[in-house]
Amino acid sequence: MYLLFVLLFPLLLGSFLLIAKPAKAFSLALGGSIVELIVAVLLLCQAKEATGVTEFIQPWIPEAGLKFALFIDGINGVLILLSTLLVPFIIGTTSNSEKSADARYLGLILTMQAAMLGAFMAKDAFLFYFFFEASLLPIYFIINLYGGENRNPISFKFFVYTLFGSLFLLIGLIYVYLRTPGEIPSADFETLYQTASILSIKEQSLLFLAFFVAFAIKMPMFPFHTWQPDTYTVAPAQGTMMLSGIMLKMGTYGVIRMIVPMFPVGIANWGGIVIILSVVGVLYGSIIAIQQKDMKRLLAYSSFAHVGLMSAGMLTLSPEGIQGALYQMLSHGINIVGLFFIVEVIERRTKTRELAQLGGITQSSYFLTVGLIVLSLGSVALPLTNGFVGEFLLLKSVFDYDITIGIIAGITIILGAVYTLRMIQKSIFGNASKVTSNFEDLTICEKLVIIPLSILVIVGGIVPSVILNYSQPAVDLLSKWIK
Amino acid sequence: MSSALLIPLLPFIGFLINGLAFPKLPKQIAGVIGSIPPLAAFALSLQLFFNFDGNAQLIPIADWIQVGELSIPLALQIDQLSIMMLLIITGVGTLIHLYSSAYMSHDAGFGKFFAFLNLFVFFMLILVMGSGFVTLFIGWEGVGLCSYLLIGFWNQKNSYGDAARKAFIMNRIGDLGFLIGIFLIFQEFGTASYQEVFEAIKAGSGTNVGLIAFCLFIGAMGKSAQIPLFTWLPDAMAGPTPVSALIHAATMVTAGIYMVIRANTLFELSPEVLHFIGWIGLATAILGAAIGLFQNDIKKVLAYSTVSQLGYMFMGLGASAYTASFFHVMTHAFFKALLFLGAGSVIHAMSDEQDIRKMGGLKSKLPITYITFLLGTIAIAGIPPFAGFFSKDEILAHLYHHDMIMWSLAIVGSALTSFYMFRVFLVTFHGDFRGTEHQADHLHESPIAMTLPLIILAVLSVIGGFINLPAFVGGNEFLAHWLSPILPEGSAEALEVHVASLEFLAPLAAAFIPAIIAIQIYGSKKSVPVADAEISGVQKIIYDKFYIDEAYNFLFVKPVNFLSSFFYQFVDFLVIDLLVETVGKIVKSSSNEIRKIQAGTIGFYVFMMVVSIAIILAWTLKSWMF
Amino acid sequence: MQSIPDIIRTIPLTHYVLLSSALFCIGVLGVLTRRNAIIVFMAIELMLNAVNLLLAAFSSYFSDPAGQIFVFFIMAVAAAEVAVGLAIIVMIYRNIQTIDIGLLNKLKN
Repeated sequence: MYLLFVLLFPLLLGSFLLIAKPAKAFSLALGGSIVELIVAVLLLCQAKEATGVTEFIQPWIPEAGLKFALFIDGINGVLILLSTLLVPFIIGTTSNSEKSADARYLGLILTMQAAMLGAFMAKDAFLFYFFFEASLLPIYFIINLYGGENRNPISFKFFVYTLFGSLFLLIGLIYVYLRTPGEIPSADFETLYQTASILSIKEQSLLFLAFFVAFAIKMPMFPFHTWQPDTYTVAPAQGTMMLSGIMLKMGTYGVIRMIVPMFPVGIANWGGIVIILSVVGVLYGSIIAIQQKDMKRLLAYSSFAHVGLMSAGMLTLSPEGIQGALYQMLSHGINIVGLFFIVEVIERRTKTRELAQLGGITQSSYFLTVGLIVLSLGSVALPLTNGFVGEFLLLKSVFDYDITIGIIAGITIILGAVYTLRMIQKSIFGNASKVTSNFEDLTICEKLVIIPLSILVIVGGIVPSVILNYSQPAVDLLSKWIK
Repeated sequence: MSSALLIPLLPFIGFLINGLAFPKLPKQIAGVIGSIPPLAAFALSLQLFFNFDGNAQLIPIADWIQVGELSIPLALQIDQLSIMMLLIITGVGTLIHLYSSAYMSHDAGFGKFFAFLNLFVFFMLILVMGSGFVTLFIGWEGVGLCSYLLIGFWNQKNSYGDAARKAFIMNRIGDLGFLIGIFLIFQEFGTASYQEVFEAIKAGSGTNVGLIAFCLFIGAMGKSAQIPLFTWLPDAMAGPTPVSALIHAATMVTAGIYMVIRANTLFELSPEVLHFIGWIGLATAILGAAIGLFQNDIKKVLAYSTVSQLGYMFMGLGASAYTASFFHVMTHAFFKALLFLGAGSVIHAMSDEQDIRKMGGLKSKLPITYITFLLGTIAIAGIPPFAGFFSKDEILAHLYHHDMIMWSLAIVGSALTSFYMFRVFLVTFHGDFRGTEHQADHLHESPIAMTLPLIILAVLSVIGGFINLPAFVGGNEFLAHWLSPILPEGSAEALEVHVASLEFLAPLAAAFIPAIIAIQIYGSKKSVPVADAEISGVQKIIYDKFYIDEAYNFLFVKPVNFLSSFFYQFVDFLVIDLLVETVGKIVKSSSNEIRKIQAGTIGFYVFMMVVSIAIILAWTLKSWMF
Repeated sequence: MQSIPDIIRTIPLTHYVLLSSALFCIGVLGVLTRRNAIIVFMAIELMLNAVNLLLAAFSSYFSDPAGQIFVFFIMAVAAAEVAVGLAIIVMIYRNIQTIDIGLLNKLKN
């Protein structure tokens, strides 16, 4: 029942905010998201200790064998933690801005959280698909109503592009679903795994491509990424955080949950090419990030590069790759949300994100400097930060898959340092510019976001075993299907 | 808790306190909090040293990463090598902390500086105490980070920031090699712990050892500034001088040598790689010394000298002279830290002037600095019985038996070293004062907190050589015996050197003759290096560092920047996005076209209806008929 | 005595089919080409009657009354249609002073 609570609570609270538009929307949303986090953590601990699977199953469309089934295992546990952990911070980042009083905006964030949680918790593939698509609605409105310049065409492109990809997923899903045994077909993941394992090689390969296109667009992966930089740049700060921090993980999660156990044969056929494409994306994104002038766009490309490595690691099908990707999802979410928030803080004060106009902020704000450096170090995967654990495992898995590809993928640690350090230097080091000379120090609310996130970066690098051990049994189970 | 665990922990605590309380903590307290941890760590290291029973000791901390069959524990390993490194790091580190408390006392970022120094000590200790390659890598990247933070300490100046970035990125290039080496080790042995890997190698497993050794050495190239990844080290002099002394002379840059010595079992099995290391070391030694000949920035000279000395250490490793190389690491830590701190004292006195052409005649104003700098110069030049003589001579002796060509080239490098060091010493301290009057008024000997470390290091530079005095001059070769358990068998055996041989006399000549020439030119004749504009010919090429930076810029930086713009403006917008947009546009324009049919003309609708019915009819008839 | 179907059968079936096809095509052409609503209406009637003729002919040939019953149905419906249709046309005429169907494009846009 807790499962249902975790799913419905943000949905109800969000809908309440959307409809009633209460005056104290900010406190309500923040308090609610914290309650949600606490309940989710309790639930995760409970699920870890429980002997059986923690699940909640009700018939949904019994005639078609579809169930409203939610469950928790080690894999989606990490993502539930990610989405419930980040949302309080994301809501916290609206403090000191006019958005904190905007019930509609906060309501949209919460409903989006609910949709994504639904996708992560779903045990039924069509339920997953339902939530996967449902999460598009709130984010579309967030961008379309609150975005910057050109928001209409860009949000439209984003919406249609991702929707277009999902259709392939739907077709593939229906195909496998219709092949399931029994009077009434079923879309339970376990059943789908079993069904997919007896499909012919040709079917597996085609289905792999159909599924992968959907997730590749969502992640996004080279060359399906062109919606991303524009969308990240135009979306309001919190929208960007939701997108990059949580939403793109639906794509990577989908790969782990569906593609990896269902189509190992398909991956064996196509995986090499897809891994190469991912690695190309890693380098391509990193190289482009080097010359970016807009901080948000730079981070968008860096995020794109990170995701490419995750996808490459997962598709090697090794436990290291899958675990690394899971861990990297968590770390990347924390780091990128923190970094986008710092950009937002800078933009609020200086009205610009152009690196050329910034500089010298470190003289006026010590905590912002520390925060930016720590989060960036996480992003360049320095040992003892959370980014290293994931990147180490991912690179190792790719390296074990193929030495050459591994070495090429490894160049990302050099390029990552190049663009990240450039961003640090141009934005906060050097002499204060016209717009940064009167830079105000962080307010308490802002510190309350940046400091915990920075601490999480370090903690995640020192004790990764907490998360890795949590997901290990589920990954082992997954490996069973791969064989 | 084992006291060994406290050794890295203390600096980390110091870092936390100073880092978190930085803007508010008064400077005196920050200085004390920053300096106590390395001192305490030094005391603990001494205790370890004296209580050491000869057996390597493993101190597990935690299971760090455990995924599938991969298991990476965090653990510390206390053995002969790490204890020696501990003593150097904490010993020299303590002195430099003390020195910094005076040198940086006017700086607004005083607390931050100590926080970074402590963090550096922490990572350096992790580096040398780690029990496996991954732990080594943690320290390895960590010291790189601190190096970055400290080079760019005065971050308002963009050129300093550029130098810091260059250091970090060049190190990262090496780190990639190192990381690949680690992956290969995992593939080959399934573990990265030293003991297990080396046991497996000794048991005869491992086919890819040469490749592993080569990849690890790439890491060492980056960290220890060897060709082709050396250009960051001279630029790193942008950092405060104590940083140059601690990080870029005494400790961090020797991490590469530490690593090779640590993994000697591995390197011994790949003679080609050792050979390669030797030649890279030789080339770096000569190149560094050559560029150092005509530099006029006192810190730049020392930086190139460091590059060159590191080259010597690698040369020694190439000849499997691990003890000799380590010996040189140690003495180099003493005299190079001394020289840097002396240079710092000069710069401090000269109100931040670094150009030796604007100094001169400082010996009467800065007596302690003068004497200690002289002792350091003699030590590095290799004049007996100072520390540098013994360690360098030991490397040379091994080279003599290893490869005559390398040996003779190394002698040339040694001669260059002696020349440029005496040159910089004489131009700085002798002759007439060439600074401004303002500087002359401010000339003063540094406070005791700065001179005391100088004196201690000077004493060490003089007597440091006796720790491994060869048997034929009556020493007991302490270091060689101490390190012998972790080195390949037989490598600790003493070399027989005849006092009257070429082998013994050539290095002496290489030390003395250039020194005398330098004294002739810069001492007696009081000549001063010419201004930048007047430098010409070969000297100009050397002065401009053989245009290596420019070449790298042209070969790597520019193409990457070009690619970046190309990918962004052309591939992303004009190829990929255009394709996507085109699909959208096709849909849009075709919908526009089709929309026109729905024009509301009933006649047309009816016509289409009739035509459609006719088609359907024809279709049906066709299937009837055939 | 010769029954009516026999008389009808003296003309071959093909002729009926051809005649009604011709009538139908004339009707179609009328609908397609004329713009006057009333003439279009008449053309539609022509098409209906072409079908009626065909139904009656087949009904007689195969002695199956169902066809003729359909004819009655069609005639009844056609009558109703004419009543409603003419009323609509009158209304249209009152509104736009014309019964040219080319001008009936208010639904456009």
